Amino acid sequence: MFKNFFPSRLLALNNKVLNMLIIIMCLIILVGLIFALFLSPPDYVQGDTVRIMYVHVPSSFIALTSFAFVGIASILNLIFKIKIAPLLAKSIAPIGFIFSIISIATGSLWGKPTWGIWWVWDARLTSMLILVLFYLAYILTWKYIKNYERANKISSLIGIIGLLNLPLIKFSVDWWNTLHQPSSITLTSAPTIHYSMLIPLIIMFLGLLIYSLVIFIMRYKIELIKAKIKKNN
Amino acid sequence: MLGKKAKSRMIYLMFFFLLAIVVIFLVFKSLRENVVYFFSPTEIYNKPSISLNKKIRVGGLVKLNSITKDNNSINFIITDLKNEIIVTYKGITPNLFSEGKGVIAEGKLKDKKYFIANKILAKHDENYMPPEVYEALENKN
Repeated sequence: MFKNFFPSRLLALNNKVLNMLIIIMCLIILVGLIFALFLSPPDYVQGDTVRIMYVHVPSSFIALTSFAFVGIASILNLIFKIKIAPLLAKSIAPIGFIFSIISIATGSLWGKPTWGIWWVWDARLTSMLILVLFYLAYILTWKYIKNYERANKISSLIGIIGLLNLPLIKFSVDWWNTLHQPSSITLTSAPTIHYSMLIPLIIMFLGLLIYSLVIFIMRYKIELIKAKIKKNN
Repeated sequence: MLGKKAKSRMIYLMFFFLLAIVVIFLVFKSLRENVVYFFSPTEIYNKPSISLNKKIRVGGLVKLNSITKDNNSINFIITDLKNEIIVTYKGITPNLFSEGKGVIAEGKLKDKKYFIANKILAKHDENYMPPEVYEALENKN
C-alpha cells in the first residue's frame, strides 16, 4: 500500500479511482448528515444542540492526526532527508488547518448555548488555538520563503516543535481542570456515547476522513508534478 | 539504513525533545494556577493562602436541592462530593444550569465557605444518550 506514495505509482493512479472515492465520500457524508441532523436522537441534557458534535468531533480528530502526520514527515525529513517527506507534509497541512478552524468554529457555536460562552482560555481551547497557529506558520513558511531548502528546514522545525503541542491538546482535559469535558471515546474504556449517537458519529468520521484522503491525493499529485518540473529544469 | 549522519541527527532530535519536555513541564508547573480553569471546593478548602479580592473560578456540581432564589439573586451550593462552597449570583444563568449538573462560577471569595459570583457557566460531562435511555437508567436506580 505504501508503494502508492511513490511518485511513479501515484501519478499513474487512474482518475477513476479518485472519482470513485469522491462518490463513496459523498454517499457516506450524506448518510451521516441525515442521521446526524434528523434520524439520531436528541441528547438528554443538551437536546438538539448536541448535533453539532457530529461535525465538531471528527474535525478536531482530523486536525490533530493531520498535524501528527506533518510532524512525523518533518522528522523523516530532518533526520533521514527523505525527499517526498516535505511534499507529503505540504499536502496534509492545509487539510488539517481547515479542520482545526472548523473545530474551533463549531466548538464556539456549540459552547454558547450549552456552556453559556463562546470562548474560554482553558487548556483544551487554548492548545487548539496554538495548533491553528502552528498550521498557519507551517503553511506560510512554504508560501513566503522562496529558497526551497530554507523553507524546508524552517517548516520541518515548525512541524517538529508543534508535535509537542499534540499531547497537550489530547490530555489537557485530563491533566487540568477545564471547562471542556473529558473524552467520550478513549482507547482504555468503553465509550460514554450511546450507540444511537455513536454510529452516526462514526459514519461522519469515515466520511470526513475519506474527504481528507481525496484532498490529500489531489494535492500530493500536484506537489509531485511540481517537483518533477523543478527537477527537469 | 541508519547512516552515521542520520544517527547523529536522530540523537540531536531525541535530546531536543527531552529538553523541550522538561522545559514545558517546568513552565506549566510554575503557571499552575493560571492553566487550571477553575478550582474545586476541596482545592479552595486546602489552599494555604487565598487573596479574597482576586478573581477566581470555582467549579463542581450543583448540589441537589440547593438552589434558592430571593429577590433577583440566586443561591446554590457547589460540591465536589467532598467539600462544599455556597455561591450567590445576580443575573441570568445558562440553559444547562441545573441541580446535579456541572457548573463553573467566576467571581470573588468572601471567605472559604462563601463565594460571590459575577458569571455562571454550565459544564456538561462526557456522557451522551437519548432522553429515553436516561429515564430507563434513572428508573433502574
